[in-house]
Amino acid sequence: MITLGHYLIVSGLLFTIGFAGVLLRRNIIIIFMSLELMLNAANLSLVAFSRFRVDSGGMPNYNAQVFVFFIITVAAAEVAVGLAIIVALYRARQTTHVEDVSSLKF
Amino acid sequence: MSSALPWLALLLPFFAAVVIILFTKSHRGLSSFLSVTAVLGSFVCSCLVFNTENIRSIELTWIDLRPVLYVPLGLVLDDLSKTMLVLVTGIGALIHIYSLGYMKDDAGKSRYFASLSFFMFSMLGIVLSNNFVMMFIFWELVGVSSYLLIGHWFERAAAAEAAKKAFLTNRIGDFGFMIGILMAWTATGSVVFQDMAEQLGRITSYPEYLTVAVLLIFCGAVGKSAQFPLHVWLPDAMEGPTPISALIHAATMVAAGVYMLVRVGFLIQASSTALSVIAWIGIITAVMAALIATQQNDIKRILAYSTLSQLGYMVMAVGLASGEAAMFHLFTHAFFKALLFLGAGSIIVMLHHEQNIWKMGGLAGRLGITFLTFMVGTLALIGFPPFSGFFSKDLILALAYEKNPTIFWLALFTAFLTAFYMLRLIVVVFFGKPRSDHARAGREAPWVMITPLMILAIPAFASGFGFVAKLFLPVPGQEEHGWLVPGMALAATLAGITLAVLLYRRRESDPIDFALVRQRFYFDEIYGFLIKATQGVLASLSAFIDRWILDAGIIRGAGGATWGFGSLLRLLQVGNLQAYSFIFGLGIVGLIYFTLFR
Amino acid sequence: MSAFLFWLFALVMLGFGAAVVINRNPIASALSLVLCFMGLSALFMSLDAFFIGIIQVLVYAGAVMVLFLFIIMLLDLRVEKRRKFNVVAVAGGSVVALFFFLQVYFVVGQLSAAKQPFPPLGSPKIDDVRNIGLLLFTNYNLPFQIIGVLVLVATIGVIVLSKRELR
Repeated sequence: MITLGHYLIVSGLLFTIGFAGVLLRRNIIIIFMSLELMLNAANLSLVAFSRFRVDSGGMPNYNAQVFVFFIITVAAAEVAVGLAIIVALYRARQTTHVEDVSSLKF
Repeated sequence: MSSALPWLALLLPFFAAVVIILFTKSHRGLSSFLSVTAVLGSFVCSCLVFNTENIRSIELTWIDLRPVLYVPLGLVLDDLSKTMLVLVTGIGALIHIYSLGYMKDDAGKSRYFASLSFFMFSMLGIVLSNNFVMMFIFWELVGVSSYLLIGHWFERAAAAEAAKKAFLTNRIGDFGFMIGILMAWTATGSVVFQDMAEQLGRITSYPEYLTVAVLLIFCGAVGKSAQFPLHVWLPDAMEGPTPISALIHAATMVAAGVYMLVRVGFLIQASSTALSVIAWIGIITAVMAALIATQQNDIKRILAYSTLSQLGYMVMAVGLASGEAAMFHLFTHAFFKALLFLGAGSIIVMLHHEQNIWKMGGLAGRLGITFLTFMVGTLALIGFPPFSGFFSKDLILALAYEKNPTIFWLALFTAFLTAFYMLRLIVVVFFGKPRSDHARAGREAPWVMITPLMILAIPAFASGFGFVAKLFLPVPGQEEHGWLVPGMALAATLAGITLAVLLYRRRESDPIDFALVRQRFYFDEIYGFLIKATQGVLASLSAFIDRWILDAGIIRGAGGATWGFGSLLRLLQVGNLQAYSFIFGLGIVGLIYFTLFR
Repeated sequence: MSAFLFWLFALVMLGFGAAVVINRNPIASALSLVLCFMGLSALFMSLDAFFIGIIQVLVYAGAVMVLFLFIIMLLDLRVEKRRKFNVVAVAGGSVVALFFFLQVYFVVGQLSAAKQPFPPLGSPKIDDVRNIGLLLFTNYNLPFQIIGVLVLVATIGVIVLSKRELR
């Protein structure tokens, strides 16, 4: 029997994988992709809860799904802008290695 | 009417001083006239008061906080104060007249006479006060007058320094005096002498407290009468004009200390420890001053140390529980010491302000009357019978012989030294050949200066005789002591005279030279060193606190701490993206933990 | 849906997600991410969220990942060279991630709702596009408009950021 808990654990695991990716990888693009993984893990949680909360008319609670809709939109916009920035950064520094762009220190 | 007389005697000189300062400062002749008139008026009033029997002591209330504190402005008129009144105003009048001649050409004559009148007022205030607070006020005023008069020629640095020194040394004594007064007031509940005498029983039950209070009150006398160790101001006070030295530092002001001690004799004699301390300080002063005087070369300084020595005698007499003997010696001493100083003044002024005895000589013929009167004074001082000093000094010696043999032998030695140094002075100044042009050109002083000398010579000779003295003072009986003590005293005197004449006849310079004695036992140097050392310590302490605690510690410490803390925090800014996200993640994990699992 | 399909798609998703993080080649990472999103979409479908599932494929796998691939190829990223292995950093990161997962596990374990099965729906056919659309245009109209402005701003921002300086 698949319960809500299963979905939540799977979502948590996906989030952890994304989090580990942000912390451990050195390539900016990979880090960005890990960021997307985290966002999607959150989406999965939301949809699972949406399905879980069924109202008296037998309909799932669609508010969470509207929320997921917004998250997807915003994530798309964020990816666009972020990648533009990475492109500009690459043009300036000729590198995508995150340890090479550490000039904002004391 | 007669009750106003003492107030008149007290206030006349005060009004003279006020009028001179406010109005007649530019008219030197008028100022001196006012001052002399005022003091003569005071003298007349004093004589009238003296002759009036049973004159009441009048009182005006000043502070009335009974039963805690009651301070009147009252005058006490018993035999003691009436005698002192006549003494002070009499000698004061003579010195005023003498000053007319001495200060004839001085530019600050008005200021001089104003200060002199102010001094008369203050001194009479001390004599007439019937309570400690009033006496203390006049005590301080006398100190101020002394300061003004010593520093009369203030353009000379030495005079200004001497005035400062006198005032400050006096203040040290007065500090103890004030605390002693407070202690006595606390114990007896009053500051009026009469009431304190009646309440004495309340304080005698605590002997240590009483001793401390008496010794502190004695501090005032130590300062004012220049006893050891506060004696250092009196020789330097000779920087003032000679009439001042005569009046203040010989006859009256320095005697105020002794007078005060006699006035509160009831308090002092209640504590035997205090009495012996007082006696010892007196005799130490006497011996020390006599030793120093044998090596001095300034005529006024010799007389100053002689005053110190005689004051030591008086204080010693107080310490031997005989206020009468002390007052008797004060009485005779006032006359002959004033005489000696005025004589020295006339010598100095006729030799154009030459004060070194080794530049004088052969003046016996040239300044005849001065010489004769000076001899009278000297014989009185060294205690040659039948001059006045013989009787009063003999009384004190007999007292010492009875009560404390050690002190007696020391006092006898002092008598020997007194004769020695005074004859040294006589021989060097008046005999032999003149040693400088000034001496050769010396002529007798003008009449205005000679006359007081002659007038003073009479009591200097006669005031020791019982029948004269008994008019003024209660003189203790002297007959029962036999001839032993007077005989020894006479022997010491003669020995001193002989030694002096032998050593100093026909000399051009001093054959003896004891540096320790000549340098006044290095007291001034010691005090100077102590003051400088204390100041040095305080200054380096303040500098240390300022530099290290305030500046480095607090001010730069506050700044430095902030800066250091900031540098520590700076280490977090590594610029590395993943370091930041690591810390971020750590924070999130921690936050979740503390929110959900605790 | 049967448990088997759930586990299948869950493993697909997680496996390719891990592949994203582990791969050295950026292109391989990107393509793994596409497949991850596919698995995720299948999971959405299994939760009766059809609209969201399709949108996930259309927008994420279709547009966003394509953009990623374009950028990777634009920058001509090669296989990452191996750099010095910083033990401390790796250990630290792994520990933090692990702790986070443990916390999630415990939280879910305490959630009583997590053990319950999904409640049944009213009818097997649900019109979720219509329902979401109704909600979107009535209750959430304002956020919807704002999202529109946001996307416009993002577009302008991208153009500005990627302009080359005129020589």
